[in-house]
Amino acid sequence: MARSKRKGPFVAPDLMEKIARFRKGEIQEIKTWSRASMITPDMVGLTLRVHNGKTHVPVRVTEAMIGHRLGEFAPTRTFRGHGGVKKKVVVPK
Amino acid sequence: MARIAGINLPAKKRIEVALTYVHGIGRSRAREVLARTGVNPNTKVMDLTEQEVTALRKEVEGFTVEGDLRRQVKGNIQRLIEIGCYRGVRHKAGLPVRGQKTRTNARTWKGPRPAKAGKRK
Repeated sequence: MARSKRKGPFVAPDLMEKIARFRKGEIQEIKTWSRASMITPDMVGLTLRVHNGKTHVPVRVTEAMIGHRLGEFAPTRTFRGHGGVKKKVVVPK
Repeated sequence: MARIAGINLPAKKRIEVALTYVHGIGRSRAREVLARTGVNPNTKVMDLTEQEVTALRKEVEGFTVEGDLRRQVKGNIQRLIEIGCYRGVRHKAGLPVRGQKTRTNARTWKGPRPAKAGKRK
């Protein structure tokens, strides 16, 4: 079910605070664990560092990203590929 | 012989079914269109009067269909890919986008099974 319009988009309170502090120059980068936060129009142009479970991935926010959530841009899995050539070379004696 | 929404000329089927040959019109929309134009859904396409065809054509114009619809869908997917979000990545990789399992199944996206090595006897 869609979220109630009355509440507005979800953005973690600490993230909003960090953005404000970043604008004032108090902090150098915005790190966040809040992958569920919605990207709002005022975040456009910022580079947020979103946690992927291991590190904070830099996400440069563009206009097209508005309405998506931060986590969508910080993949949590690394795909290393399937199969490939069997490298079992029989060593001659 | 009725041409509706460009290149579509359905067969000697009931108009309710024939309309679904237009990309973007399924049974529900076909029924909706017929109800609004007052055309009997059971009429065969060849038995439609000229006025009926014109009315239907006009009604169908109100929807995004065929090329426009395809373009719209493609554009939506292209956008997801360009912003680099998870759904875009899945589209690009040709894997299910909505969180389905891929350990088994997902054949629609992945295509026919690759030949299994060493299964021959």
